[in-house]
Amino acid sequence: MASSIDDLKSAIKEALPDLDMVIAWTAGPDPLSHTPLFITDEADIERIAWDPRCSQNLAGYLTGLRGKKVGVVAKGCDARSIVELLQEKLIDREDVTIFGLHCTGAVDARTTRKALGSSRGVEDVAIDGATARFTVAGEAKTLPLGETLQQKCFTCTGADAEVCDHFIGEHGLPPQVGERPASTLEELEAMSMEERLHFWEDQMTRCIRCYACRSACPLCVCQDHCAAQSREPHWVDQTDHPREKLMFQAIHALHTAGRCTECGECERACPMGLPIMTLKQALNRSIQDLFDYRAGTDPDQAPPLFEFREEEKNIKEREW
Amino acid sequence: MSVNEGKELRIIGFLCNWCSYAGADTAGVGRFAQPTDLRIVRLPCTGRINPLFIVRAFMNGADGVLVSGCHPRDCHYSEGNFYARRRLEVLKALLPVLGVDPGRFEYTWVSASEGQRWRSVVTSFTEQVHALGPMPGFKSGTSLDMCLCHMDQNQVL
Ligand code: SF4
Ligand code: SF4
Ligand code: SF4
Repeated sequence: MASSIDDLKSAIKEALPDLDMVIAWTAGPDPLSHTPLFITDEADIERIAWDPRCSQNLAGYLTGLRGKKVGVVAKGCDARSIVELLQEKLIDREDVTIFGLHCTGAVDARTTRKALGSSRGVEDVAIDGATARFTVAGEAKTLPLGETLQQKCFTCTGADAEVCDHFIGEHGLPPQVGERPASTLEELEAMSMEERLHFWEDQMTRCIRCYACRSACPLCVCQDHCAAQSREPHWVDQTDHPREKLMFQAIHALHTAGRCTECGECERACPMGLPIMTLKQALNRSIQDLFDYRAGTDPDQAPPLFEFREEEKNIKEREW
Repeated sequence: MSVNEGKELRIIGFLCNWCSYAGADTAGVGRFAQPTDLRIVRLPCTGRINPLFIVRAFMNGADGVLVSGCHPRDCHYSEGNFYARRRLEVLKALLPVLGVDPGRFEYTWVSASEGQRWRSVVTSFTEQVHALGPMPGFKSGTSLDMCLCHMDQNQVL
């Protein structure tokens, strides 16, 4: 990655004079996750960081910056979010410059902190094959990928930014994860319907209704018109009951159905560590089966719920 | 007249004004005996149905939800039911992950003249929901209890 970060910096240096800003990552207060960097001045370029701690999907900023010429650095999954935004005409292709990278996987700060015992003193992170290597206070430590990567990386459909203007570094495969923990969706599928309802009730009891999941989602673009805060109609009430919070999760899942690229930002942003991407994974799986469609892969396709066919190939309706 | 001997469940029917609502009316005019568990909400078109209506109904204590509209190609607004079909089919994937048995929700097409068909749809769906029994509630009270409890608090008696 050392060479690709230099290539990234020089590509940005070259493009910056024609752009209003470039969004990249830089080291932030948390030693296990890098923070966004908004570059307007050439001097900022030196502060760019690029390693498995660059987990945030920077595509989320693009809709808010529409109308400006913006450069954005993207991993494979981030680029899929950008493609989805282009498909929905929420951003303009000619205004966005994508610096695509090959990603070796992004660490999940929460599980990694637990596996390392603490995040204090983490200076360096690199992924090499099936191992993550850390330098913690000058000392080398390793973890298997199954204990450190984000959920989404276990099912990554492409670690290279497919759609981009400048590809930096070399193309490669998604992380080769050996042992991985069972996903929440797999765990849920082993439960009875009633157990599933109570599983969500328990999870939602911990939800603090901060809506960070919504704010982090690159596809949640309604801003002040979110159904969660509308009084007319009153979709969710203001009580602290898990039912209302689950209702909100159903709203988020259904409003991103056929659009969600499983970028994982909703789950990563949740301060309570709730497994809310599970609902979206279940919908995505069914959308793939029904419409043979994966969000964020083709800028010219329309999301499946934006259209219909008179004869649906894979929908078998109930015969009464 | 309930075919289920007085043990009614709460089933909500979202019916399109142009076909199925009229179909249910035809069944009534024809005096076809049918279960009485279904409470009908009339909508202008199945295209008006937001899948969240159905989720909200379950969260508020419904035991089953039935959506019925015009047959494909018979929509009063040409394409409302085509959009609905995609949305409702996708909804089917969400309900079981939330813990709602997929048998508690169905969508179908019944035209204005199909009183007999309406009767058999309502009867089969009601039986299907009865086989599953009441929708399990939240541990902290069933959804319906919670709603009633809010009403009590808010009502000035
Ligand atoms: S999902 Fe793929 S591209 Fe995205 S962070 Fe994980 S490995 Fe990288
Ligand atoms: S719902 Fe979650 S995983 Fe899907 S696009 Fe939004 S933030 Fe990403
Ligand atoms: S981010 Fe987590 S705690 Fe906050 S509203 Fe979403 S699910 Fe609840």
